[in-house]
Amino acid sequence: MEFLVATLTIFVLAIFVGFEVITKVPPTLHTPLMSGSNAISGITLVGAILSAGTKHTTLTEVLGVCAVVFATINVVGGFLVTHRMLAMFRKK
Amino acid sequence: MPLSIVNLTYLLAAVLFILCLKGLSHPRTAVRGNLLGAAGMLIAVAVTLLDRQIISFELILLGLAVGSALGALLAVKIQMTAMPQMVALLNGFGGAASVLVAGAALIETHITGAEPTRQLTISIAASGLIGAVTFFGSLIAFAKLQELVSGNPILFPGQHVLNAVLVLAAIGSGVWLAMEPQTATPYWVVVAVSSVLGVTTTIPIGGADMPVVISLLNSYSGLAAAATGFVLNNNMLVIAGALVGASGIILTQIMCKAMNRSLTNVLFGGVGAAPVTKSSADAVYAGKVKATSAEEVAMLLETARRVVFVPGYGMAVSQAQHAVRALATMLESRGTAVEYAIHPVAGRMPGHMNVLLAEADVPYEALKDMDTINPLFPQTDVAIVIGANDVVNPLARTDPKSPIAGMPILDADKAHTVVVIKRSLSPGFAGIPNPLFAAGNTLMLFADGKKAVNDLIQALKGAA
Repeated sequence: MEFLVATLTIFVLAIFVGFEVITKVPPTLHTPLMSGSNAISGITLVGAILSAGTKHTTLTEVLGVCAVVFATINVVGGFLVTHRMLAMFRKK
Repeated sequence: MPLSIVNLTYLLAAVLFILCLKGLSHPRTAVRGNLLGAAGMLIAVAVTLLDRQIISFELILLGLAVGSALGALLAVKIQMTAMPQMVALLNGFGGAASVLVAGAALIETHITGAEPTRQLTISIAASGLIGAVTFFGSLIAFAKLQELVSGNPILFPGQHVLNAVLVLAAIGSGVWLAMEPQTATPYWVVVAVSSVLGVTTTIPIGGADMPVVISLLNSYSGLAAAATGFVLNNNMLVIAGALVGASGIILTQIMCKAMNRSLTNVLFGGVGAAPVTKSSADAVYAGKVKATSAEEVAMLLETARRVVFVPGYGMAVSQAQHAVRALATMLESRGTAVEYAIHPVAGRMPGHMNVLLAEADVPYEALKDMDTINPLFPQTDVAIVIGANDVVNPLARTDPKSPIAGMPILDADKAHTVVVIKRSLSPGFAGIPNPLFAAGNTLMLFADGKKAVNDLIQALKGAA
């Protein structure tokens, strides 16, 4: 259980970091913050790559590749659309 | 590559994610923040590809290529009016990835014969639960936003009981998995039950509460990634997931506060389910509503020194943002001051109106939030309400029994003249009549938003 407690510690501290870092976000940035943070949640991609590449069984490989596709859409779509929105805000 | 280098790179990625969110919460640093996040993701993926456990790259590269192409296509092609749907879908995909990765991790233990630890089985169950709720909740949110299903709350008797039973069943099958980790069946039961739960908890929530739901699903997608981090014992996933979880919770809180409702009320309240009674509407509107024409409004605008637009979801529906911008430019060239009053929950996601108006090249400085613009309405000659209803309903201030009682509203009614562009007197999402439409200083311009604004532009040209 030590692993669990250690990981839980990091999890709780990271939530507090998140709260502290994102204080007073202005309304204009609500959507970009959401789509940008959403892209970060695609970090599951890292796990997906490992499942897809280790070739334990065909089943894990298939699950992994599907996860890679989903997570990559999440990551690429999220960061790109955020960039597109922010570029709109910038131009005068 | 030594494990310590891999983990140090993951640490660097985690730091970049923190800087990304910090940057994204300030206008001047937002672009850089987003790029830092993308850089963090890139190095995390790159170092993972160098992992020596990986023996086959073809399928990974195929997956990455397909995902990148689809993601880029979505991001470039999506219309700004459809942004809420896009965010809903992306939330869901993150959740789906967590479900699949946790499932694969469980099956791997069966193949390698490793005895799964309690931490692993609990984390796998949590990943499956949160991920499936996120995926199916997001699909329902998407379907509602895309109007594939009704945007109204869908309520049925015993809903809360059913949801409670589903939650218990999901947790119960999680415990079953912890007891019998040698088979994958309990895991797929967790996923199946949670999928149903995702549908039944999102379906009762109505269209105008979507900003809350999308923020909450955003938070869930982060928690799903964090749970996957517990499965893989990967701190970077835990940190990244926790950050996203926190960011989603912050937005959820902002949205709830802007509606003066608790999260519980949004999730379980089913506001707007009761249809407006005709008699109550008649009592408010009968004989008091003054319809106007584009020409009459154009005459008002000709002499106005200060005009404020109050946009709502209706502006998005009729795609009127470009026409509004054209009208504003015309007014400004005649020396009229033009501003936009943005309610935090106007539209279907946090910041929806800001994105739409930015797309139409409205300068950032002209968009005013509620606290800034409200004291200025008494000095405003004409307030043009386009596609907004509940967020300008004075009942929120005056009627403690109304469903929107206490909700902070835009004080458009305090302007000298209020012009409401609307197709009919139909109620807004809260399902109640709006006394603003019958107020002495209000003129109703009954038309589609885009057409009405274009008519105004023509009328102004004709007058000039």
